[in-house]
Amino acid sequence: MQAEHVDIASFLSEHAPFDDLPEDALNHIACQVEVSYYRGQTTIHEYGDDISDLYVIRSGSVETYRRDGDLDNRLTVGGIFGQMGLLMNRKVRYPAKALEDTLLYCINIDIFTEYCDKYEAFADYFEANGTVRLHQAIIEQADSNDLTTAKVKSLLHRDVVTVAKDASIQYVAQVMTDESVSSVLVTDIDKPISDDPEDDDGQVVGIITDRDLRSKVLAQGLDYGTSAQQIMQTDLVLLDSNAYVFEAVLAMLRDNIHHLPVVVKKKPIGVISLSDILRYESQSSLLLVRGILAQPSVEDLAYYARQLPNVFVRMVNEDANSHMIGTAMAVIGRTFKQRLLTLAEEQLGPPPVPYCFIALGSMARDEQLIVTDQDNAIILDNSFDEDKHDDYFQKLADLVCDGLALCGYKYCDGEIMASFKKWRLTREQWQQQFAGWIAEPKPQALLNSAIFFDLDGVHGKVKWAQELQRFIAKEGRNNKRFLANMAANARNRTPPLGFFKDFVLEHNGQHKRSMNLKRRGTAPLSDVIRVHALAVGSRKQNSFERLEDIIDAKLLPEGKAQDLRDALEYIAMVRIRHQAWQIEQLNEQPDNDLEPHLLSPFEQRNLKEAFAILDKAQNFLKFKYSANSGIK
Amino acid sequence: MTANKVDWRERYLQLQNEAQNRCIQAYYQEVIVDGSRPISEVPLVALDFETTGLNYGSDDIVSVGLIPFDSRRIYCRDSQHWLVKPQQKLAEESIVIHGITHSELTHAPDFSEIITPLLNALKGKVIVVHFAPIERHFLYQALKARLGEGLEFAVIDTLELERRALKARQGLIGRLFNTKLDSVRLANSRTRYSLPAYQNHNALNDALATAELLQAQLAHHYRQDTPLGNLWI
Repeated sequence: MQAEHVDIASFLSEHAPFDDLPEDALNHIACQVEVSYYRGQTTIHEYGDDISDLYVIRSGSVETYRRDGDLDNRLTVGGIFGQMGLLMNRKVRYPAKALEDTLLYCINIDIFTEYCDKYEAFADYFEANGTVRLHQAIIEQADSNDLTTAKVKSLLHRDVVTVAKDASIQYVAQVMTDESVSSVLVTDIDKPISDDPEDDDGQVVGIITDRDLRSKVLAQGLDYGTSAQQIMQTDLVLLDSNAYVFEAVLAMLRDNIHHLPVVVKKKPIGVISLSDILRYESQSSLLLVRGILAQPSVEDLAYYARQLPNVFVRMVNEDANSHMIGTAMAVIGRTFKQRLLTLAEEQLGPPPVPYCFIALGSMARDEQLIVTDQDNAIILDNSFDEDKHDDYFQKLADLVCDGLALCGYKYCDGEIMASFKKWRLTREQWQQQFAGWIAEPKPQALLNSAIFFDLDGVHGKVKWAQELQRFIAKEGRNNKRFLANMAANARNRTPPLGFFKDFVLEHNGQHKRSMNLKRRGTAPLSDVIRVHALAVGSRKQNSFERLEDIIDAKLLPEGKAQDLRDALEYIAMVRIRHQAWQIEQLNEQPDNDLEPHLLSPFEQRNLKEAFAILDKAQNFLKFKYSANSGIK
Repeated sequence: MTANKVDWRERYLQLQNEAQNRCIQAYYQEVIVDGSRPISEVPLVALDFETTGLNYGSDDIVSVGLIPFDSRRIYCRDSQHWLVKPQQKLAEESIVIHGITHSELTHAPDFSEIITPLLNALKGKVIVVHFAPIERHFLYQALKARLGEGLEFAVIDTLELERRALKARQGLIGRLFNTKLDSVRLANSRTRYSLPAYQNHNALNDALATAELLQAQLAHHYRQDTPLGNLWI
């Protein structure tokens, strides 16, 4: 008696191409399958293995790969794979791996071919599927093509390749050939490993690229026994794995390099090359960045900057989230500064002492929108001599700040700009400055310096900016009084909750009043998040990334950090859409003032909820960081 | 818990000598006696009975499902499923559980008619069940009643393996404090390995479910070359 496998048949009947089969054909195939279980993260088959079955995923998920190791497809319940191998030469074309614990139904090739002959729809599925999949792939490629939305880590497809610093360059070339890479990282096993995991750099001390082998070895006829460390580049430009591809392009263009080590915290996890990026090139966004760097004068830059609002609107219309838009706008702002500084250095000559130009506030946090003040400063080398050097930096700062103003970045009302002498300090002075702020006994005294606690290196010795970030993270953490002061300040700007009450009461539609979404929404939220970030010693600057650190540190009760993230994203998006709407529909200067009656009742409710979260979070600060109680 | 482990090699040699019935003799002739064989090379067969109740002295088998497999593949095409007419009337509750009706069973053969194909299907393979006492006792009794002698056999019991896995996970502290182990019922055990929930509970489906469970247990807790002797009881 032929046993019937009702469950298998009914499962297959719910998935293409089996759903079109006549019942007896379905029952027959159900009785013929073989079942196989794969534990998650194990290989199902490798490229070139013999294959004699079509695979149907009964439960779990599977990834297939192309020959170059790129992900081909991610399949879940009902997904089918192996057909390419069956149709070609019974060798696996796309290696498959179980992503999760997976149960597979295996259908023998004899039944597969028999059914392809007998049932047209069945055969069509595998024929048509080729084109469907291609179409799908093109759509996906178009999506991932966008430099503004793709992250650098999505370009990493292999582990980092390293060599020891005393390896011979011939060995280095061999490794690069064997591994088919155009660069290797050089490690020093004697380099002490930092106690602080944030500072673990994997003992990497340099990089060697194809170009080094050509220009430093072949061109100069170096001995093949020369050690790696003699030819490596030590001035590494690193990129965070969460950076957008956009930023990688910038870094490469700016420094004229073709290889960027990608790091998680400080530790390299891979290298991306220019060719990796060119495959993902998106004309418009790349052109914009390239365009900024190509402008020959401040006037040209200012003219060029006029298309910025359109880029902003385009991103909003493409459904980018606030993090992407903020990052892209900050990257563009940073590029303007870098170009202005380069132009200034061309005009004034090279700087007499090394320096680092830093961005503060929203640009440092990658949360900059279209309307923004310029907040910046300069870190000078400790050898800075006021009498001899200050004149140069005053001129440099003036050129940059005036240039930024011409490009649409307004002067800062609070005088927080590099053109003011008080914000051009040496490395030592900056540390003292921050140490002073952190030791400050009164919140009032700290009020205007909060903006300095979001800082990011833009040009020059950007390492010094990281040094300051590290200093702040170390000193601020667990410093009760400082956190209490910061917390007190973070409660100054309250959300406009009362506004909604009034709004609901008034029905006549006469609303002349508006609410400032930045001052009473995103800015106080960033303030709250900054306090928590300082408390956990996070070195991140972006609010969303800070929230990740806060979640990791389990500082807040379950779900609170996620609520903050949602509230920030929501208010930021309302603000962003409001600005885009002003630019596109009204053709007017965008601002942060929203008239709530323009929102739908649904949007109003959401916005009110987001403000309520801010309100609660501010109250929570009071309880969490009072100067008299412990941190907990 | 098995108090003293059976030495199946020795036991099988003894059983081979004692067997009188031809079918039983034939079964023992091909039985796997070597406990040192790696599990990946052992042909297996998952077996499940549906019965009228749990008392093997007075209850009867109403259906038998089996499916041959190994550590890599489960072979549905060689699976078998029989309904057999119980000597007793069906109790109301078991009808609900098994979804088998009186009329279906009225036309079913007596167990004696499936003995030959059943033993043929089990021959040369190690039997795999979930909760060994049911299949062991009911098969012994059913054969004893019809052939005058029963059958003894080694089994891999997925329930026992699951209990071992949970105990290992429980650790020493857990054992000392006697923390309650999670359920080792078939459906619950399967959930731990992300195996799908099955709708139909007939003997064949449960045999398939048991085979899948063993594959999953082997993939998670054992090496390919684990000797059979570590697994059977």
